[in-house]
This record gives sequence, C-alpha cells and structure tokens, in this order.
Amino acid sequence: MSFAEIQQKAGRSWDRFQSGETPRVLVGAATCGRAAGAMEVMQAFQQGCATDTTLTPVEIHEVGCLGMCYAEPLIEIRGPAGDRVLYESVTPAMVPDMIRNHLGQGRPVAEYALCRMLPQEYGHTGEHIPVFTDLPMIRHQLRIVVRNCGFIDPTDIDHYIARGGYSGILRAMDLGPEATTEEVKLSGLRGRGGAGFPTGLKWSFARKASGSPKYVICNADEGDPGAFMDRSVLEGDPHAVLEGLLIAGYAIGANHGYVYCRAEYPLALERLRTGIAQMRANGLLGEDILGSGFRFDVTIKMGAGAFVCGEETSLMQSIEGRRGMPRPRPPFPAHAGLFGNPTNINNVETLAAVSAILEKGGPWYAGIGTEKSKGTKTFSLAGKITRTGLIEVPMGISLRTIIEDIGGGVLDGKGFKAVQTGGPSGGCVPAKHYDLPVDYEHLAQVGSIMGSGGMIVIDEESCMVDVAKYFLGFTENESCGKCVPCRMGTQHLLRLLTAIADGQAEENDLETIRRIGDTMKKASLCGLGQTAPNPALTTLDAFMDEYLAHIRDHRCPAGVCKALISFAIDPKACTGCMACAKVCPVEAITGSKKQPHAVDQQTCIRCGACRQACKFGAVRVE
Amino acid sequence: MATTQRTKIAKLDMTEIFENHGRSRDNLIPLLQEIQEHLDYLPPEAISRVADHLGLSENDVYGVATFYAQFRFHPPGRHRIKVCQGTACHVRGGGMVLDAISRKIGIVPGETSPDGNFSLERVACFGSCALPPVVVVDDTVYGRMTARKTEKLIEGLE
Ligand SMILES: Cc1cc2nc3c(=O)[nH]c(=O)nc-3n(C[C@H](O)[C@H](O)[C@H](O)COP(=O)(O)O)c2cc1C
Ligand code: FES
Repeated sequence: MSFAEIQQKAGRSWDRFQSGETPRVLVGAATCGRAAGAMEVMQAFQQGCATDTTLTPVEIHEVGCLGMCYAEPLIEIRGPAGDRVLYESVTPAMVPDMIRNHLGQGRPVAEYALCRMLPQEYGHTGEHIPVFTDLPMIRHQLRIVVRNCGFIDPTDIDHYIARGGYSGILRAMDLGPEATTEEVKLSGLRGRGGAGFPTGLKWSFARKASGSPKYVICNADEGDPGAFMDRSVLEGDPHAVLEGLLIAGYAIGANHGYVYCRAEYPLALERLRTGIAQMRANGLLGEDILGSGFRFDVTIKMGAGAFVCGEETSLMQSIEGRRGMPRPRPPFPAHAGLFGNPTNINNVETLAAVSAILEKGGPWYAGIGTEKSKGTKTFSLAGKITRTGLIEVPMGISLRTIIEDIGGGVLDGKGFKAVQTGGPSGGCVPAKHYDLPVDYEHLAQVGSIMGSGGMIVIDEESCMVDVAKYFLGFTENESCGKCVPCRMGTQHLLRLLTAIADGQAEENDLETIRRIGDTMKKASLCGLGQTAPNPALTTLDAFMDEYLAHIRDHRCPAGVCKALISFAIDPKACTGCMACAKVCPVEAITGSKKQPHAVDQQTCIRCGACRQACKFGAVRVE
Repeated sequence: MATTQRTKIAKLDMTEIFENHGRSRDNLIPLLQEIQEHLDYLPPEAISRVADHLGLSENDVYGVATFYAQFRFHPPGRHRIKVCQGTACHVRGGGMVLDAISRKIGIVPGETSPDGNFSLERVACFGSCALPPVVVVDDTVYGRMTARKTEKLIEGLE
C-alpha cells in the first residue's frame, strides 16, 4: 500500500470513530486514570453494556490523558444522537445510570458531567453543561505536543495518521535532510529535556560530524520526581514521538534510533512497543521508508532505576551495558556519543514538537511564544494545587495564569508560598514573582530553571527547609559518586539541612551551605552535581526567615519538621468522636467518647495521622 | 519461599533468554532485566551465566547490576509494596503513608517480612503525581492514598 492509500484508509477509520453511528465509551486509561480506578469503571461499562439487550452495540476504547488528572477517572460517552459528553470522577456505581440514560436514551447525565466535547447542545437535560474549550483549565492552553492525547486511541496508528500524523516525515523527505534541519532551526525549538539547547543547531552538529554509523536517541528517562509530561505523551500519543525520532534520524543521517524509557513506566513502554510494530507494518520503519531509500529502525531500552541516566552521557553508558556514569564533555555526543559515534539525543517532548513542526512548518511554530523561547511548553501541575494535571501553554504565559486560572489556585484555599520548577536541579519561585512570564529567560532570572516542566505548588503548610532537605536527600542518593564535589557536596548539604530541620544547627551553617553549593556548581562533572545545590540556595535566598526560625527559635513555622513540632488537641473544637484515637498507631490519644481527647507527648511519634483523621480541625500543630 | 524460588530457577529454561540475546556487552542490562522479570531477583547462578555468555567477569556484571536500583539480589516478598517518595507525593503526605506501612508490616524499606509475604520499597515517582500519594502493590497503581487506606489494602492482601 502506498502512503496515500494508508492515509485514505486511516481517514475512513477515523471518520467512523468520530461519527455518531456507533455509540462509544472512551475511557481515560493512562496511568493516572488507572490509579484512580479507570479499569474498574471500564469493566462496569463492559458488563453493563453486554447485559443490556436494548442497547445498540457500544464500542469501548482506551484513550490517553486529557490532562485533567484531578478529575480522573474521566469517561467520554458518544451517545446515539452524536452528542459527546465527558464525565468526571466516575465510579462503577455511576455507570448503570450513564448506560441507561445516556447510551440508552440519549440523555446525558448532567449531574456527573464535566463538559461537552462539542459546542452543540444535545439532549433535553435542561441543565447547562459547559463546553470543553471553555473550561478554565483548558481555555488558556495551546495543545501542540499533546495535540492528540485523550482524543485518539493511542494503540491505533490510523487515528494518528488521520490527524496529520506522518505527513511531517513525508514533508521532511521532500525537503531533504539539510532543509529539514533548517526548518527545525527556523522554528526556534529548544530542547525540552532541561537545558534548552536549540534543537536545529544540535542536529546540524551531528549531521556534519564525520563517522558512521550515526545514532539518534529519544530520552524518555523522565527522572524528575514529580513530573509526568513525557509519560503522558508516550501513553497518549506514542507516534508523535516516534515520528519525531524518525525525522531526526533522517535529518542527521542515522539509520538507528533508541528510545531509552524508564522502567517505572510500564504502560508507556507497552505503547512504544505497539507503536513500533505498527510503524513497521505500515512501511514507516525498515528498508526504503516511503520509497525514499532511507532505512531506519528503532530499539527500546528500558532504564534500570538510576536518575543520573537521564543525563545524556550516562544514558549512553547505560545503553552500552555499563554503569551509568557521566563523562566530561567535550567531546559532545554529536561527535563522540553512543559507541563512540556521532549521536543526537533529544527529549520526548522535543521530538513530539518536531513532528508537528515538520507537518505545519517552522515559521508557524516560531509565531508562538516569546522572542527567545518559542512555541509551547507542557507542565505537570502537582503538589498543593486544586486541579492537578498536565497542561500545555504558550511560552511567556504568567505563573499566575497557570496556577490560578488553569490550576484553580492553591488547594483548599490556602495561601500560595512558592512553586518549585525544574525538580532536583531547579529552584523555588516565591510568591512575589507570581506575575513572572514563564519562559527560559525569566525563570533563570529568578534563580530557577524551566527544567523539564515539573511544577510543584507549595503552600503555607509546606516547610521550605523540608523541601530543600527532600531534594538533597534525593540527589545524595542518586549521585553516582564519580566526582568528589557532587558525592561529598550532596552528603554535606543533606547533613546540614537535616541539622537545621532538627533544630540543631547554627547560623554560620547557612554560610557553609552557600560555600559548598558554590563549589559544587563550579566543580561537579555533570548537571546533577552542578545543579543539586539549587533547591537549597534558592530557598535560602527567598525564605531566610524560615531557616532562621528553625535555627534561632527551634521552630518550624509550617509545622512540618518532626523534631520541632508537637500535636495537641483543642478541647473546644474536639467533639470526642474518637476518630483520632482509632487511627493513632501508638495509642497516644486518650479520652472517652464525647469528651475532649488529649495527646500524650511522650508516646506520640508525630506521624500526623490524627490530624488527617479529624474532621473538625481540632488537632493543632505547635 | 526459598523452595519456590529454587524450583522457579530450575524450571526456567534460561537458555531461551540467552538465545534471544547476542554476546556483545550492550545486551548486559536487558539480559539482567529479563532474568529478573522471570525469577524476581538475580541469584548468583544467573550472574555467572550472564558473565559466561558475554565473556565478562562476574565482578564486572555485579559492578553494573549493583549500580542500578532496579536489580535485587534477594528474593522479594510475595507482595511487593512500593511507596512513592517523589516530590508531589512527598508534599502531600507520602512519608506518612510509608511510615504507616512500615509500622504495619514491621519492616523498613528495602526489607522483606520474615514470613516472605511482603517487601517494601521506596520509589521516586511513578508519574502519577496528580493523584498523590501513590502506592503500587505488585503491578497495580493506587492513587490518593492515606495511611489508613493503605493499611486496609494490606490487610486485604494478607
Ligand atoms: C542529572 C540529569 C538528569 C537528566 N534527566 C533527563 C531526563 O530525564 N530526560 C531528558 O530528556 N533529559 C534529561 N537530562 C538532560 C539530558 O542530559 C539532555 O540534555 C537532553 O536529553 C537533551 O535533549 P533536548 O535537547 O531535547 O532537551 C538530564 C540531565 C542531567 C544532568
Ligand atoms: S511524585 Fe509520586 S507519583 Fe510522581
């Protein structure tokens, strides 16, 4: 079959999927949906639809993530009247109602609905259901990298092709390798893996480098603990990434590609395997791709649980079957990379943008974003935020818009304190920069980094010393130990931060933290050590008062650091319901029913279970 | 437990795994991963066979295997409980959940309970950060956990 015929076939299959002829249930079944119980809901639909003989046969599909993870499980029903409604926080108990009313009688269940996917009003619900694109979480977004996530069946290559997929590689092959590289340069795309290096320029280095064979690698190691952009894209639209890798291979003249994906993402790995097999079946891998004479193949490598392997030189060591330790650069991978050969490595999101750029053109992409940061960026919103999830916004949007409008503000109406960006390499942007435009330059100006796009919102109940200690604990554990500044520096910093959190530090320890941090930045071998002090240094700058409270007053203002807090029950607020006493693992809470309870400070292990269990806010931290 | 592991090793025809992998060094990690997938851990016999197959010393193989957190050298429990300690889970009480489980089964992360029923691990992020705190039992991901919910979950497994 020629590619034109493949496209026609795909178009027909997509039209069928979109038309209202067959009623459909789309289950958001990416990892987050599953964690919220999507598979149980899917089963309930399968059983319910099978037993209801009055129904027109319903097709049930698994789709990727729309990014509204806070509302998972998300179910879209495409009813018999062509109506499409998205339901939120669906449980199996809600399913019979949805089957009977929506699938059976074409009446959406407004009570459970989050939005309509199409602007038209359907049904006779009498109740208003907002439109998807008007939702506050969606309105400000511009979806390029996640263009298909949640809309297509990620296991069906036809859906991807019908929505413009693989026309990027077709166009690249028309342009030729050199012009393809120019097109990417023109787009202004910068690497989304953290460092923000211009992608087109990187490709031209590897293109011009002598030596063969050349390699291209997709970095899907996504090590930042608290970020999940790459996972969502791989699970929801694997072909967008694979096409990007194919284009990169074509542009630099590599016949072999690797996807290095972390083992903690089993579903992403499965989607990749399926995707690669489908590419092969459609002549998009192998010999003479699309009649161009170009030959390409892809191998998946599974990570083995080492954060440092996200760093490019370590990652290559790991593929070669060695300990994943970095080596000094230069030589850069473009000259001496995998197996010592010219290698180009890009992040998942970078490659998913590449496939869109080749489809729609570099100038189109360059028209989005700010002067030096072009295009869009995905962010994962997590931490103390109302609407957790995955978003994609044009560069330059303000932090306030992201957190307030898209994310719905801080959880439970608490005060916004800071947002942590860039993970263990990044820093905390304090509330005073709430109106900061989010792009590479502005984040760097306030001492943080874009990183890969993790955003952890921190509220007044989180302790900044604890946050810094957390990250140093992480980097200390993940430091590969090859260079001294990182190996010893992370240990020292962790020890000092732990002492502060325990109320056992002195003021001049803060100066020591700065000095060690400075040395690590200058002398560490790779990005891990060079950036590991950032979480400590940026919090020290912006939240000195909190550090001093721990050191001088032996007090943790946020009530987090265990050594400095105690729990007590407010007798006025306590109703004597016994809930706290029941959950206390060490039986430290005494008091009989309907009488105010009390915490025995000697026995208490400060686990906080009582505070979580109390419905009346009677458990106070002191 | 120990006996089932041993029969598992005996039963598993590792030849097939080795046949699917060439003898160049880049096969090392995939080989170890596949063997662990079948045996749940890497017994000394497996290490020496991998070393033979690739023409490496056992030291070299151990050197690589111990670098990566994924590889285990002792059999895990019948149920593997993994608690996320990623950033998003940390700020939403992941530590509390881990402590509660640790107390409940009486082991610390990295250990297996004496009856071989449970092993406990801390993991830095499963990518379900939007539903914190996250606990993974065997291969099922549970989001929005609390100390109490996790205890109940474990009681259900016993
Ligand atoms: C400690 C460390 C961890 C890293 N982890 C990742 C990662 O998980 N994913 C990623 O794409 N890049 C990661 N990087 C950046 C890579 O080294 C590299 O810059 C990137 O893959 C290049 O792709 P890009 O140009 O498309 O951004 C990491 C860097 C360091 C220093
Ligand atoms: S931080 Fe726990 S799943 Fe990501």
